[in-house]
Amino acid sequence: MDLSHRKLPGTDKRVQLMATCLCDAFYADAARATVEVLEYIGCRLEFPEGQTCCGQPAFNGGDWAASRKVVRHTVRTFAGELPVIIPSASCAAMVFHGALLAFEKEPDLPEVRQLANRTWELADFIVNALGVRTWPGRYDAKVAFHRSCHSRGTETGPAALTLLSSIAGTTVVPVGEAEQCCGFGGTFSVAFPNVSTSMGALKLEHVRAVQPDLLVSIDMSCMMHLGGLAAKEGKPIRTQHLAQVLRDSLKNGGLL
Amino acid sequence: MAKQLLDQFTAHVPADTRAAVYLGTKTTHEKRTKMLFDQFADPNRLRQLAGEIKQHVVENLDTYLPQVEAKLKANGAQVHWAATAEEACAAVLKIMQDRGATKMVKAKTMVSEEIELAHYLEKRGIEALETDLGEFIVQIDKDHPSHLVRPIIHKNRREIAQSFEREGLGAYNDDPETITRRARQFLRHKYLAADVGLTGANFVSAESGRLVVVTNEGNSRFSLAATKCHIALVGIEKLVPRDRDLGLFLNLLARSATAQQLTVYTEFFSGPKLPSQPDGPEEMHVIFVDNNRTEVLASDCREILRCIRCGACLNVCPVYRQASGHAYRSVYPGPVGAVLSPLLAGAHFADKADLPKASSLCGACNEVCPVNIPIPDLLLRLRDKGKREYAPLASAGTPPMGGWSVIATSPAAWKTALFGGKIMDYLPTKFIPVPALQAWQAKRTLPKWRGGEFRKWMKNRRKP
Repeated sequence: MDLSHRKLPGTDKRVQLMATCLCDAFYADAARATVEVLEYIGCRLEFPEGQTCCGQPAFNGGDWAASRKVVRHTVRTFAGELPVIIPSASCAAMVFHGALLAFEKEPDLPEVRQLANRTWELADFIVNALGVRTWPGRYDAKVAFHRSCHSRGTETGPAALTLLSSIAGTTVVPVGEAEQCCGFGGTFSVAFPNVSTSMGALKLEHVRAVQPDLLVSIDMSCMMHLGGLAAKEGKPIRTQHLAQVLRDSLKNGGLL
Repeated sequence: MAKQLLDQFTAHVPADTRAAVYLGTKTTHEKRTKMLFDQFADPNRLRQLAGEIKQHVVENLDTYLPQVEAKLKANGAQVHWAATAEEACAAVLKIMQDRGATKMVKAKTMVSEEIELAHYLEKRGIEALETDLGEFIVQIDKDHPSHLVRPIIHKNRREIAQSFEREGLGAYNDDPETITRRARQFLRHKYLAADVGLTGANFVSAESGRLVVVTNEGNSRFSLAATKCHIALVGIEKLVPRDRDLGLFLNLLARSATAQQLTVYTEFFSGPKLPSQPDGPEEMHVIFVDNNRTEVLASDCREILRCIRCGACLNVCPVYRQASGHAYRSVYPGPVGAVLSPLLAGAHFADKADLPKASSLCGACNEVCPVNIPIPDLLLRLRDKGKREYAPLASAGTPPMGGWSVIATSPAAWKTALFGGKIMDYLPTKFIPVPALQAWQAKRTLPKWRGGEFRKWMKNRRKP
């Protein structure tokens, strides 16, 4: 994966937030936590009101014409030079990798690339752009971390683990077959429900085997799939976005 | 609503088949990874280098193919070019007929599966016997291989023992050593009686014309020990530029395929037997097979031609592990097959257009590929192609995106939809007639709708 994107923030730490459609619709608290965490480390956030979706559902679904319309909207909405922070490895990879594929033969590829070159996944940004390697506060929990697949080849997974393992009270337990996908895959989850849920069941087995207090991810899409599967089985699991753990650690430590 | 064929197949895979495939792939994948990272400082750099070399080869076939043809001819081999599967089969038949040959022993070669050679020859009265143990079992069962390297990964030894009993190879006995000994006894006579030995080639050096064949059973050696004529079937993409490149590729191939440092047998053939040599085939024919590879080369998915058929992407693939190889309805299954099979289908692309959809795009295949093929990117390009060409198999089960793209490009409509989604909290989802929602909720719950809550919070906290 080309990691030449990731434009560093200015000294005033102004950034734009792309909350993602999933947080917009289902996971409001993960987006809130992202804001509070970024502000705690001194960022000044802009939230472009016109934002909708990164365009990935149609891109992965094969409808690139529909996807390009949405990508163009996103490029216009996030105009400017500021780093764009996304609390999702999947949406971030869409902006800095997928969109470039979809625009390979399009005249406005440079505009798409301009956005790609300043787009960051949240954990990668906190650790590798701002240099934060230890997280203050306290969070007493045995945590299983799900490295979502779209963070492969990026600095996101190691960054998230750096932050999590540094929290006082938090123990990160390794999960079996960590390189295996949870089975979500966007439209794959509804077009291939048998394969998708079999993959999810296997992932749940590995997670349950280490008996964590909660499952933490940098992608709520994986959590929606695994959490939904576990709930339907009548054996719900607790899932959180990394940002929620970071925010709650600050709260527990009286820092927020 | 139309359903995806591979997903339907998966629902009916017997539990013991799935368990065998899962255990076999998982074990090999884990050994492979440990071995590569224990033995090399940076295996990823090796994968990238091998990928660059193969990419260079496929983009310069117009240089390397004439070069290898000249070398092979100088070495005394005869070179044939087959544009199609039919031409390749016909070339083999002609060589055999010219010698009055009626019996062939075959080493394992995927390209012979691709052109359905054994079937073609059998229909014309020629015995074409598989000598790789797995392929032999596939042949007596009239089955198909379900893995590139382990053709019978889907079978257990009890089934094999039953097949051997049925074929008169001995009373039922499912001890693996007994099965192997019986196959060996049967095959020994066949090697001696055969007229022609057929192999593939894992690599061909353009520099020397040297063919490389790797096996673990030594069956390709046996196939050429008593026969007087060697036919090698080779896909045109199998070249490497120089002999010294083989060091890199052999190191990667065995580790990636079977978690071995080197296969038990690594053979090099550069031509027929020399007058000074006591044994070996007097005639050697190399048939280079195109069969739509040049169309793949002309496409935006040419990186798939780097593939060295190690099967590492199958072993790591969570979809392959659940679905097993026959779910792909193709000679080449798994992630590489999901790219290659629709492309090799040429004019019949639409018949395989669903395969690129059979992936969660998790990228594990790219991470293990010894020639670093960006398989997820290629799957995505083929999804786009399937959509543009209106292939019905491709679109089955994927929600239509037109309406979504209208809403997602209009902030006002988006906000309305965020509000309207609340209906899902009040109506049981089973009453909402959206197929995607139905497919989701059959085995998963949806989280509570929070549409617009975050935006409201953002707005309120900004107020002084």
